[in-house]
Amino acid sequence: MELLIKLFSITVFASTLRIATPVILASLGGCMSERSGVINIGLEGMMLMGAFSAVVGSWFFGAWTGLLLGVLTGGLMGLLHAFMSVTLKANQIISATAINIMAVGLPNILIPVIWENHYGISPTVPVIADINLPLISSIPIIGDIIGHQNPIVYIALLLVPLISFLLFKTKLGLRIRAVGEHPLAADTLGINVYRMRYIAVTISGLLAGLGGAFLSIAYQSQFSSAMTAGRGFIGLAAMIFGRWSPKGALLACLLFGFADAFQASAQSAGVPIPPEIMLSFPYVLTLVALVGLFGKIALSPAANGKPYYKG
Amino acid sequence: MKKNFLYSTFIDNDSVFAFIKAILGVFFAFFVVYFILLATGYKPLPVFAALFKGAFGSRRGFGETLLSTTPLLLGGLGFAVAYRCGLFNIGLEGQITMGGIAAAFFGFIIPEINPVIHVFICIIAGIVAGGIWGFIPGYLKAKFGVHEVISVIMLNHIAFKIAAYLVSMQGPMKDKLDDMPASPFISDSAKIIRIMDRTRLHWGIFLAVGVAVLIWLLLFRMRLGYKIRAVGKNPFAAEASGISIKKHIVLTLAISGALGGLAGAVEILGVHYRLFAAFSPGYGFDAIAVALLGMVNPLGIIASAFLFGILRSGSVFMQAMYGVNKDMVSVITAIIVLFMGMSVPIGIMLKNRIKRNSNGTVD
Repeated sequence: MELLIKLFSITVFASTLRIATPVILASLGGCMSERSGVINIGLEGMMLMGAFSAVVGSWFFGAWTGLLLGVLTGGLMGLLHAFMSVTLKANQIISATAINIMAVGLPNILIPVIWENHYGISPTVPVIADINLPLISSIPIIGDIIGHQNPIVYIALLLVPLISFLLFKTKLGLRIRAVGEHPLAADTLGINVYRMRYIAVTISGLLAGLGGAFLSIAYQSQFSSAMTAGRGFIGLAAMIFGRWSPKGALLACLLFGFADAFQASAQSAGVPIPPEIMLSFPYVLTLVALVGLFGKIALSPAANGKPYYKG
Repeated sequence: MKKNFLYSTFIDNDSVFAFIKAILGVFFAFFVVYFILLATGYKPLPVFAALFKGAFGSRRGFGETLLSTTPLLLGGLGFAVAYRCGLFNIGLEGQITMGGIAAAFFGFIIPEINPVIHVFICIIAGIVAGGIWGFIPGYLKAKFGVHEVISVIMLNHIAFKIAAYLVSMQGPMKDKLDDMPASPFISDSAKIIRIMDRTRLHWGIFLAVGVAVLIWLLLFRMRLGYKIRAVGKNPFAAEASGISIKKHIVLTLAISGALGGLAGAVEILGVHYRLFAAFSPGYGFDAIAVALLGMVNPLGIIASAFLFGILRSGSVFMQAMYGVNKDMVSVITAIIVLFMGMSVPIGIMLKNRIKRNSNGTVD
């Protein structure tokens, strides 16, 4: 019983939010990109590049500039993916894989150039500090969970309804979804398919960059090689689980965040399962969750993954 | 265009353009890296020279080149088989890991026996373990519609964690007499014989080339290969002509994973002689580039695996000589992958062949 209380303490729920944040941002990025018809498995690499730039920016100019730099770098990677998959009509999975490969290698090359005698891991840099929400933090339990968090956590939570609104309630969102479902019809109606896809994929990169920046200059205070550890892909899985909608994805992300927070607290509570096995829990859960969707997946945007050739 | 017999039988437009693209891609990759080196304060030409000197300049260097070529070739073949079926197996790193675990286990648990039998057992164990790690995403895709890209990434991470656990302090495969997080060394009879003095090069390279020929025969001369390619080219037409998509997805991913497992087994039995976490330095990810650059053709993959073997072994020397991080190679890899993914040059050349669907996309 004592163990149970330890496992389900309020800190577990608070860290669920923190752990879910980068995954939420990745899944929002996935929603944007795939709704416009561009598969984006490069979220992982975009996050990683965002995380790296954020650390560089934070080291030289302070945490908030680092954040901005991280987001912009993610956007730049998104732009690259858009260029490859929209303009050059590359196979979108191959193009994104290239981004993922590059994102593992490039920081390793640049780290010793920027910081002498550092390999694979950056020095610690200034971080974005947690804040107290004035009123909410005084509410019992709820306040303990959401009252004292990192600003990026709040930004991510706000972005969920915002992206949802953008996609489903605005003209831009309608156009983005139109080119993802039936680009030829959209084109016939005068919508610029290429431009819509560029916009969507770039926003997707910006979101991934934000997620990466959160990892390196808020959740942790340094960059280490391949530190995203599959979160971009888990975000994609969450997006599929949420059926390409931000709100659905949020739930899935919270579930994964909880799994991760739970295994961490179980470890510190001394549950006699080896840490390596506990660490694989979120990945196993992702697989199980996707399997559990059996028969319900028919909602992928119709033109997802297919390049559009202007007439 | 009037085609003669030779042209239509052995070469088609696609492979000619793919070949041009491959050559251009390699040059473009070095071109970009040239500027990255300049920007980061190195002299590019001596660095490139060191890269090739490291790969060819010494007996040891050349041995290491062929040594890296071996898992790259096997992994590349694994990726290619799946790709021909329209599947994207970026999980080879995990499949290599599982193959290595199995091979190491049978390598040290069985005492000295006849070396041929011992190596054979270990290799089969590796193939089976990798095959299972490929079968799982195949089954999940066929039965539950789980996209293989996501499931194999999850399985990669799970495999890494399993390997780390097995050789951790409490792990069941940990060598109790050694402080290193590694398994005991395999029996001498499980070691693949080395073939070049003063190098680590072993028989695995011949095995890998042999497997490449086998996979070529499988893909282009056997009924199963024809069906695999049919599912990859046009699943609906394949299904309509009585080829089960699901069955071939599962089978192909299992074969693909088995090739990864074989690569992992050969790496353990021929190079490391024991299991430790992350024994494969990303061969499974390089395999993607190897297969794409090799035009997803086993014979082309032999050549591209050799090129990546050069990059792998040369980069170590390059780092030692000039301090350029050996991950510079991964930038070259990424650019080659980007280049091979492009279809616009082909699109322009074959413009009259592009037919659009009703919704404006091209399958």
